[in-house]
Amino acid sequence: MQFFLEVLIGGLLSGVLYALVALGFVLIFKASGVFNFAQGAMVFFAALTFVGFTEVLPGWTGLAEGGAVVFWLAFVLALVSMVVLGIATEKIVLRPLVNQPPITLFMATIGLSYLVEGIAQGIWGANVRGLELGIEDVPIEYMMEHHNILISSFDLFAAALAGVLVGSLALFFQYTKVGRALRAVADDHQAALSIGIPLQHIWAIVWGVAGFVALVAGLIWGARNGVQFALTFTALKALPVLILGGFTSVPGAIVGGLIIGASEKLAEVYVGPFVGGGIESWFPYVLALLFLLVRPEGLFGERHIDRV
Amino acid sequence: MFYREAGQFKASYQADQQIFPIIQDRVGIAIVIALAALVIPVIANEYWLKAILVPVLIFSLAAIGLNILTGYAGQLSLGSAAFMAVGAFGAYNFMLRIDGMPFLVALVLGGLAAAAVGVLFGLPSLRIKGFYLAVATLAAQFFIVWALVKFPWFSNYSSSGVITAQDIVILGYTFDGPVAKYLLTLAIVVVLALMAKNLVRTSTGRAWMAVRDMDVAAEVIGIRPMRTKLIAFAVSSFYCGVAGGLYAFTYLGTVEPEGFNLDLSFRILFMIIIGGVGSIMGSFLGAAFIVLLPIFLDNVIPHLFGNLFSASFASNLQLIVFGGLIIFFLIVEPHGLARLWQIGKEKLRLWPFPH
Repeated sequence: MQFFLEVLIGGLLSGVLYALVALGFVLIFKASGVFNFAQGAMVFFAALTFVGFTEVLPGWTGLAEGGAVVFWLAFVLALVSMVVLGIATEKIVLRPLVNQPPITLFMATIGLSYLVEGIAQGIWGANVRGLELGIEDVPIEYMMEHHNILISSFDLFAAALAGVLVGSLALFFQYTKVGRALRAVADDHQAALSIGIPLQHIWAIVWGVAGFVALVAGLIWGARNGVQFALTFTALKALPVLILGGFTSVPGAIVGGLIIGASEKLAEVYVGPFVGGGIESWFPYVLALLFLLVRPEGLFGERHIDRV
Repeated sequence: MFYREAGQFKASYQADQQIFPIIQDRVGIAIVIALAALVIPVIANEYWLKAILVPVLIFSLAAIGLNILTGYAGQLSLGSAAFMAVGAFGAYNFMLRIDGMPFLVALVLGGLAAAAVGVLFGLPSLRIKGFYLAVATLAAQFFIVWALVKFPWFSNYSSSGVITAQDIVILGYTFDGPVAKYLLTLAIVVVLALMAKNLVRTSTGRAWMAVRDMDVAAEVIGIRPMRTKLIAFAVSSFYCGVAGGLYAFTYLGTVEPEGFNLDLSFRILFMIIIGGVGSIMGSFLGAAFIVLLPIFLDNVIPHLFGNLFSASFASNLQLIVFGGLIIFFLIVEPHGLARLWQIGKEKLRLWPFPH
């Protein structure tokens, strides 16, 4: 039982990380209907840019290496780069493609992911880097002593951060003027335009916010696994999360992430040995596929009604 | 002036139902095939045949397969490489386990195995649409590659999971030189491409297009969506499977399951987008473009910039240029190279007059 709980909690916490990446997808899909495959590349770009700045900043400014100032300065600079990248994407890539079929936009974002990966590695090099957030990846002693369950404090921190992020995004969407405009655009582009919401600004903002989410996801993933090219594959893990939760639902991304994270770890531990292991690579997809057979629009997706 | 249908009367049903109803098309296709079959083997060197022409042909076939599914039947798929893998490993195992199995039969059986797997993974398409389906086909991509790695029976218990294709023998003749392999690939691809060209204008093909344009409306006018979609998955996977078989037998010779990864699926998707969605001709143009582009960049970048960049930066530059070109292409011509060809035909029809 304790082992089961440990696997379950570990899975849930890694699910939070999937959810973070999925969140970026949902934001953009909701607002502009673009299935942004480059989200994984953006996560990679964000993490690499942050690490790159922490490495070069002490040399440029004479600040102490590894200090809090460098950390926050690098964070701000990486955030600025992400927002610039997001807005540039919107302006250069997506605006000329308005009114094209969704598949064309999807392909454009695949092209974009090559571009972003190339730029990131071209600027900062392709070496695997460590990323230090100052949170130790050690088991929490209290849980060890009293319940004999192994939970990493880092995972818990990541989960808390994701919670704060989702909470603040929800507040932002719910209570600010921009947030209201975002929701209006997500609901209906033309109706939003007709009441005077500037669509282009909204899209730029959404891409900026997605860049910010990518940065947070990149920092946590990078601290966990090192900043390396494999980060781009996290995007692929976020896809079953998306279809499970529904493309247009922020809570769906979170719940989907938790389900995928937990079930993939449980399946690996309890089913994996019978079929030779390594089923983590495809299990989430098959799970999502089976789930879709029952609910084609995902957990929280909008029910789609076809009319002739 | 050069490309006018005017004056070409069809006096019989047979004439009306030809694959290429216009004489210029017939002559043009005949010339292209004759050039490819007779002239190219003479003038092309081994590198061109082995590293460029054969992969272009094979990827054209895979692109036709994906185009049938995505371009004609409207079902987005990201699992084409996996179906290629089924075809490759299927053909290999049929050759291996059945004595005296002829190569062409094994190739077709491999394609049929891929078709069966395709139908299995196509079943969700009845309920799932659009990007949900695309992500669902990723399940096929990851599951098939995993199964081929995990069950060593498929690769005949080779320790590394790599299979080495058997010799190709047809009617006692061994196809081993680059020219022979090229001609064999060309023959198979031409036959299958013409079949596909024909298939998309039959009632099946028209049903695909009706489902693509609006499946509810198609259902209302009496097209069975389930049957239509599953046929599309079967035919598409068959083409990808045969392409996979050729990939193993006439192109690489040795393949491993991981060679058929998601990246390959994306490249096939790029081919049909750049070539033109819903066009057999576009599949060839797209395949040629995507195969040639990296080779072209490899050769051009060092020349343009000399040794200004290190090798690692050059490879990143290649990524950047590749991604950038794809975006550029989508912006400039979202309907693909086939559309450019259509515009060219319009121009030829009118030239030298403005109207």
